[in-house]
Amino acid sequence: MFTVNPFAVLSASVSPAVMQGFLIAMIVLVAAGTLFDVVHKGSARYFFEAWRKSKGSGAKQVGSAELVAIAVQTGLVDILTSGEFCNLRRRLAHLLTMYGFVFHALATLVLVFAYATPAQPTPVLWTLLWWLGGLMLLAGGYWFWFFIRVDVAAEGGSPLRVMHADLFILSLLASVTLGLVWALAGAGTGFLFVLYVLATLVLFGSVPWSKFAHMFFKPAAAFEKRVSKATGVADNLPTLTRDDPAQRERHSMELLKDAPMDMGLGIKREAPRHY
Amino acid sequence: MPTFVYMTRCDGCGHCVDICPSDIMHIDKTYRRAYNIEPNMCWECYSCVKACPQNAIDVRGYADFAPLGHSVRVQRDEQKGTIAWKIKFRNGTEKNFLSPITTKPWGTAIPKLAEVPAPSKEMRDSELLYNEPKYIRLDDGGLHTLKSNGLKMKQGVYY
Repeated sequence: MFTVNPFAVLSASVSPAVMQGFLIAMIVLVAAGTLFDVVHKGSARYFFEAWRKSKGSGAKQVGSAELVAIAVQTGLVDILTSGEFCNLRRRLAHLLTMYGFVFHALATLVLVFAYATPAQPTPVLWTLLWWLGGLMLLAGGYWFWFFIRVDVAAEGGSPLRVMHADLFILSLLASVTLGLVWALAGAGTGFLFVLYVLATLVLFGSVPWSKFAHMFFKPAAAFEKRVSKATGVADNLPTLTRDDPAQRERHSMELLKDAPMDMGLGIKREAPRHY
Repeated sequence: MPTFVYMTRCDGCGHCVDICPSDIMHIDKTYRRAYNIEPNMCWECYSCVKACPQNAIDVRGYADFAPLGHSVRVQRDEQKGTIAWKIKFRNGTEKNFLSPITTKPWGTAIPKLAEVPAPSKEMRDSELLYNEPKYIRLDDGGLHTLKSNGLKMKQGVYY
């Protein structure tokens, strides 16, 4: 089951050129949708205006070497390990879904573009990656949808209540679930296949109205946040901390003179679910 | 003036929804980010501002004492046991404060009420409350003063 390339099976009824054309159309839809989103919401304008303001406000200037270091840090912490999340469950679910999506999408591209017919034997690695990515995405996605979603965890809403914000996660789950079920059922061209194609069209065609583009603008926002810290602007947030020995000598800090540097967690010991 | 949320910073974790005493911080149904559903009912208690792990919530000051261009931002650092404020005035003046929010590690000074013996009749009839500050020691006879306890009022700290 995990070693069969479903797209090679499908090539008996749908030509590989059509499959490849479909994938290219999906990539174009994502690019066009994201650009539309950026223009419509003015996010690029906001980003560059904030950048210009911080440059003009007499803040510390950041050199290009430091900018590269910040970009690497953003890549390692905020993107590759989803460091933004404070809640461990959300972080794990996000990592599962994100890497699941990357593996699944990458394997789909390779399977369709390089091994689309039974004449080209598919290396097991790629079919395994297709399945592994899909299953990881489903595990993370359904965990998030039923248990971790803030509407359920913090607002006390029913896990089955659907709203506009769910367009991305639901179309993603529908597309991958139907894809795996379709492959399990023999990768034919029946009703399941039609549903799989429809769900995939909704996922990639709804970028301007869904959260899909967050995979592009979230890293940009994380980068901007780190640069803002480096320039000292830090969104006007306080920069004094107890780590600085001079601050520990302030008269207001007298009561913490002998206290440990790590006081543990207070309200953050508990997940927000006291609705 | 009420709280507002920086959408690029909020990650929809729900801490503000949980802590808001007026129950007016909710999650937006389109973007799944927090927002203040009823600004009229916000009394600027700053609970959500301090609880937000991403510092994504801010408060607009009243225009009479905090005109445009000012900024009042806070960072509550539980692990260090401190709270820091940065006040920026419109003329560029900046003030920074750092203060403790606990003196003992969190959760270590919670009275174990279940293990405390039940009060006697005399204790029930007494006007003193449970855990009345020990240094008053009215039961000891004599009222203790700052001087008798070797304490001093320090200028700039207590007055």
